[in-house]
Amino acid sequence: MIVPELGEYALILALCLSLLLATVPQVGAMRGNTLWMGFARPLSKGMLLFTLISFLCLGWAFLNNDFSVAYVANNSNTALPWYFRLSAIWGGHEGSLLLWVLILSGWTVAVASRSRGLPADIVARVLAVMGLVAAGFYLFILFTSSPFERNLPAFPPQGADLNPLLQDIGLIVHPPMLYMGYVGFAVVFAFAIAALLSGRLDAAWARWSRPWTAVAWAFLTLGITLGSWWAYYELGWGGWWFWDPVENASLMPWLVGTALIHSLAVTEKRGVFKSWTVLLAIFTFSLSLLGTFLVRSGVLTSVHAFASDPDRGIFILIMLATVIGGSLLLYALRAGQMKSESSFGLLSRESLLLVNNVLLVVVCATVLLGTLYPLIVDALGLGKLSVGPPYFNALFTPLMALLLLTMGVGAVSRWKQTPLSLLARQLWPPGLLALGLGAGCAWLYAGELKPWVVLGLVLSWWVVLAGLRDLYNRLHHRREKLQGLRRQPRSYYGMVLAHLGVAVTVVGVALVSVYTEQRDLRMQPGDSLSFRDYTFEFQGSTPVQGPNYSADQGQIRVLYKGEPYALLQPEKRHYAARGNMMTEAAIDPGFTRDLYVALGEPLEDGAWAVRMQYKPFVRWLWLGGLLMAIGGLLTATDRRYRKQLRPALAQAEA
Amino acid sequence: MTPKRKQRLMMVLFILAGVGVAVGLTLFALNQNLNLFYSPTQIATGEVPQDTRIRAGGMVVEGSVKRDPDSLFVQFDITDYDNTVTVEYAGILPDLFREGQGIVAQGTLNERGVLKASEVLAKHDENYMPPEVADALAKAGKLPAPKGQEFNK
Repeated sequence: MIVPELGEYALILALCLSLLLATVPQVGAMRGNTLWMGFARPLSKGMLLFTLISFLCLGWAFLNNDFSVAYVANNSNTALPWYFRLSAIWGGHEGSLLLWVLILSGWTVAVASRSRGLPADIVARVLAVMGLVAAGFYLFILFTSSPFERNLPAFPPQGADLNPLLQDIGLIVHPPMLYMGYVGFAVVFAFAIAALLSGRLDAAWARWSRPWTAVAWAFLTLGITLGSWWAYYELGWGGWWFWDPVENASLMPWLVGTALIHSLAVTEKRGVFKSWTVLLAIFTFSLSLLGTFLVRSGVLTSVHAFASDPDRGIFILIMLATVIGGSLLLYALRAGQMKSESSFGLLSRESLLLVNNVLLVVVCATVLLGTLYPLIVDALGLGKLSVGPPYFNALFTPLMALLLLTMGVGAVSRWKQTPLSLLARQLWPPGLLALGLGAGCAWLYAGELKPWVVLGLVLSWWVVLAGLRDLYNRLHHRREKLQGLRRQPRSYYGMVLAHLGVAVTVVGVALVSVYTEQRDLRMQPGDSLSFRDYTFEFQGSTPVQGPNYSADQGQIRVLYKGEPYALLQPEKRHYAARGNMMTEAAIDPGFTRDLYVALGEPLEDGAWAVRMQYKPFVRWLWLGGLLMAIGGLLTATDRRYRKQLRPALAQAEA
Repeated sequence: MTPKRKQRLMMVLFILAGVGVAVGLTLFALNQNLNLFYSPTQIATGEVPQDTRIRAGGMVVEGSVKRDPDSLFVQFDITDYDNTVTVEYAGILPDLFREGQGIVAQGTLNERGVLKASEVLAKHDENYMPPEVADALAKAGKLPAPKGQEFNK
């Protein structure tokens, strides 16, 4: 069948359209030619259409087990269930890049169709920049990583199978979410570049790009959360964050993106920090690009590493240099034109948000240093080394603690100027209460005060209580409190939810880091072990058969305070196609604790190495991430953004 | 100085101080947590300081894995086909740990020249060797041909 060739042709057509999109509207905007500018929207739609066709062709090849396509042969197998065959599209380097451009062209069309209220030249420029980014990726795919390459005439009768680690619901959703976030930052990047190109660096571009940034950030948050959750049950033997370079690659754009969201708010509301915000937009997208490539190029020593290929590395470097260098050059040429529209005092919401920005950027820089340092040292031929998690923990924790502290102060501060006396008057009750509640909760939970737990809980309460004080400030002069609540804009509730999410995550991090209990033990059938009110009784293992694997299933009876509680059945799977061994943990989830059991390796006489864990409040990590993501999405649906998108409708309402 | 300039100066000084402290802390933390990679030959020739956290990598020698019958204690040798180092580890080995396969162990060297590992890492892919190990083997001229050929490249 020629379907894979159709896919390749569709991709080439998409490349042509993206090149047109990158040039025609841009030239039109420079010359004031409305006709040329008008090409932007139809061209983006065409680009999406052909990318989608290409993507569907690859999907068709996977569904029909067309092993003459090398990528399919490397990542699929006839024994693989159909849903994993579909998710295998993004199981490797080539296909995940195709997903990347598909999402990028999707975002491009979303901007094209939701920008009716914007000036035509801005729309043309924004779409042109996105077309240019897309063109880079199409070239990359077509020249170095085509997923449609054939293995003819001697193609294998059976595929090599999808990596068993990736045969999981987590992989079906995690990469698309993450990419939605990475690629979504292309929108705010395009807005920033368009603003620089047009020289119209007023606060309006901040208002236009805010909802897009919030949505992209929400998806990235969700993607990281899903990744952590997936690592926890599938890969990590119960760990939820490893400071693995690949995790760092997704955390860095998140950190700078968080700074960007806050700085955009200041730029829109007060007309200051303009050049800083533009710079952050450039950084966020550059780090997203870096992240994509770090993960997929295999330059890093990482649990995720894929096979590497030097051609790709060169292309990647050229493309990164072009995007980052080009946008920074443009920035250097144009940033001088940006003027602040107002001023602000030393103690004000502006300066507190600046502190937030500085902290987030510094955290990102330390993570970047720790991630790239081994690469740089290796490239210079100074030896091979790795940077351990203690480095990241030692810097991340105190900086984040500082950030949480300013979060509380920032919540009640005012724009322009905030008297110190006002802050002190408003913040001492939540401060004292947070100290009391934080220490109290830590004591109630464990009957002891461990410094890190107390710090985490106090800061979480501080963020929540200072937020409540802010709510009180907003309502106390109103007579109708409920109506006052309803009057608050959605973006306010979005912020509240996101900040609450941070507090929830911090509680999870503090408790699970300090109070996790873990036992690795050699267990014979009949052996049992008790800790934390739970008894784990190993009853041996039984063989079971799955669709494309065979497994030993451990039978572990759990007693709670001597009463039968549950049967946990962790598995050690053997995937025949690649000969891989896989550990499938058994988890009893709960709101305040997880029980986590995994089989290590089989030992003689039916004994197994068994890992048993008690993980307090581990679900809160991801619950917090979920809250943050919902907060981001809620913010993006705020009325004033919808108004600006449909000015005609808004006028009719009024 | 006008009040506005003064305010800006304060702002800049504040940021500089913050960045300075951060850079200092960062470099300190980085220095404390670097784990250098050594090959078995480097360890055998005594290049490696004792009681410092290092990473060592090589192929697990066939038939060298000895388990304690009552606990999870395990002992094995890793080699770059020139020299061999003994590794001791108590805990669960990764799924891809196998004799004849490349691994990286992280830990400290004791006075007998035995690596007390706190972590043993193996890789996802069956054909895949940790890059440091591949590099060390290539240097020793002992890089074996890949076991399975992937379909493209």
